[in-house]
Amino acid sequence: MSGHLSTYEPKYGVTKWLDKRLPIVRMGADFMTYPSPRNLNYWWTFGGILTLCLMVQIISGIILAMHYTANVDVAFSDVQRIRRDVPFGWLIQPMHAVGAAMFFFAVYIHMFRGLYYGSYKAPREMTWILGCIIYLIMMATAFLGYTLPWGQMSFWGATVISNFFTAVPFVGEALQQWILGGYSVDNATLNRFFALHYLLPFLIAAIVGLHIWAFHHTGQNNPVGIEPKSKEDTLPFHPFYTVKDAFAIVVFLLIFAFFIFYYPDALGHADNYIEADPLATPAHIVPEWYFLPFYAILRAVPDKLMGLLLMVGAIAVLFILPWLDTSKVRSMRFRPVTRIWFILFLINSFILGWCGAATPSDIAIPMGEGKGLNFLWLSRISTLYYFAYFLLILPIMGMIEKPKELPESITKSVLGGSSSGGVPSGGASS
Amino acid sequence: MRLTLKTALVAATALGLAAFAGVKVAEAAGGGDSKYKKKVEWGFNGFTGKFDRHAMQRGYQVYQEVCSSCHQLKFMSFRHLGDKGGPFYDKKYPNPIDNPVVKYIAKNYPVPIQDIDWDTGEDLPRDGKPVDKFPSPYPNDVAAAAANFGKAPPDLSVMAKARPDGANHIYSFLLGYDKDDNMFNKFLGTKVAMPDQLFDGKVEYEVIKVQNKDGSVKEIQPPEATREQMAKDVTEFLMWTADPKMEARKSLGLSVMIYLLILAGLLFFAYKEVWRNVKH
Repeated sequence: MSGHLSTYEPKYGVTKWLDKRLPIVRMGADFMTYPSPRNLNYWWTFGGILTLCLMVQIISGIILAMHYTANVDVAFSDVQRIRRDVPFGWLIQPMHAVGAAMFFFAVYIHMFRGLYYGSYKAPREMTWILGCIIYLIMMATAFLGYTLPWGQMSFWGATVISNFFTAVPFVGEALQQWILGGYSVDNATLNRFFALHYLLPFLIAAIVGLHIWAFHHTGQNNPVGIEPKSKEDTLPFHPFYTVKDAFAIVVFLLIFAFFIFYYPDALGHADNYIEADPLATPAHIVPEWYFLPFYAILRAVPDKLMGLLLMVGAIAVLFILPWLDTSKVRSMRFRPVTRIWFILFLINSFILGWCGAATPSDIAIPMGEGKGLNFLWLSRISTLYYFAYFLLILPIMGMIEKPKELPESITKSVLGGSSSGGVPSGGASS
Repeated sequence: MRLTLKTALVAATALGLAAFAGVKVAEAAGGGDSKYKKKVEWGFNGFTGKFDRHAMQRGYQVYQEVCSSCHQLKFMSFRHLGDKGGPFYDKKYPNPIDNPVVKYIAKNYPVPIQDIDWDTGEDLPRDGKPVDKFPSPYPNDVAAAAANFGKAPPDLSVMAKARPDGANHIYSFLLGYDKDDNMFNKFLGTKVAMPDQLFDGKVEYEVIKVQNKDGSVKEIQPPEATREQMAKDVTEFLMWTADPKMEARKSLGLSVMIYLLILAGLLFFAYKEVWRNVKH
């Protein structure tokens, strides 16, 4: 909450001196005593998990950059050299590659949590929009980074995606050549992709700072979606949420470590162990799993420009979401009908991912012999629902739906009917 | 059944896993004909999987006597053979360049190392040393392609990872040739530039000598060099060249997982303790 009073008292000469000039210790102390809603569930731990993911990617990435050369002649063999000869390179390289997938896994949960509990609604629009910007830069960073190992999928993925820029009217081809630094994906492309891949994570880190600042100003949303009204409704961040976040982070790390140590290649594509060859196109060019839903949207229409616009639109619509959802009730817990639409939206996202991985002409849902719904039409239906959810369902449901009765306060919602046992033992009453 | 968030999550996760499995199945199918796919219970699979050192040594022999006349291992140096986890590792020689087996292999490798005379700058082919990379059997890629129907034989260093289910892929490929047409591979379903290479007894496996603690030497008789045995051994070797640090990774992984599990348990109890009197 913005009204959070600082309880920090500098004790020593140095901290007193510093507090008058740069109250950085106070900032950290206030962060720890920050009153957080007492009912935050495990879905709220993904903010901390994502911060960790970003740090893991930046640290492992800087170490990899010390051993990597962005040149088409040696990029592929450099990755092999890192895995074979660099001390602990066999650990750091898979950590970075698996880390990207884990980062997206966490960010998708974080975003669906925001969608379900209405975290994007006033007064938290800026937190949501900053989050969307982070997600957008994450996508760019992941795409650029995937080019660097210079395998077949790196090369052909970059070729396919950069080809879409030619769909831009009038300047398309010039734009594509400007981006690639030539007529095709080549050394100039690899060099600039490396430079940008190194730059963007720091941009993400800066925007993460703003993202955290924004929700510390408005206060966190919570599962019932009503603002804290009294001291009873909140708990200090430390120790209550530091310990809860720490537990969740370690569980997340267990999954992370499982992939790094036992299945480092399970999330990738075997073709990327073949060095990039501009003369040999792989049979199926598929992006990494975290881009599959958008890839399905891109391929859902026959026209290149329309496909591009739809894909850009699929992300752009997130930015205006706070103004599309007309309901004043944040949490889906109290929106019985919209909640079902949301669950369908969640399932629909997986169907889109499934379509993105498949060959469009293959049969997805068999209906009789040799007939059925193919992936192209399934992705069209799913794309339609994706946009309908944001552009029709949320605006209309807000107007016609009768939400359930909201609880009086967070504490009341937690305690149910009884009123005993409500006072936390910790520092919340201080 | 009421459509709750939990059931939806379960459904969505199942759908996601199904899609993922679908991708993997499609991928595996793209890599060969499942009818001719042979599956082996490899010892290197699983959480505590390890390479079979003797199989790797025999596999290296197959590579050197059969494969290496066309295929390079360009990401490998001779010294890697003596690394911890490698086929010729000997704990007496923690630095593999001192390992006499590695030295012997490098020195007697059939293809010389192309060096230059450091006084005149003239070409000077010389014997290999442990620090040298495995040399290419061809002077350059064009020569490699010209000698092989226009397609240079692929490098084998990471081949076992460059195909879905790589180990079984290589094994099935090597044994997938048509009996009547030694250029037709039934597993790939196409003619290939490489004719059938393996026939029974093509390689004469060396007797493996192991020194006992008391100094006496124990001889281990190798298995018969059948087609299947050679294919299996060379696959074991190529899996190692593709993932030479697998054993180190899996053994550290076990410690990390145990550590994280204990930490998660402690943190869970800390969480329960901190939140003991707080309803939430």
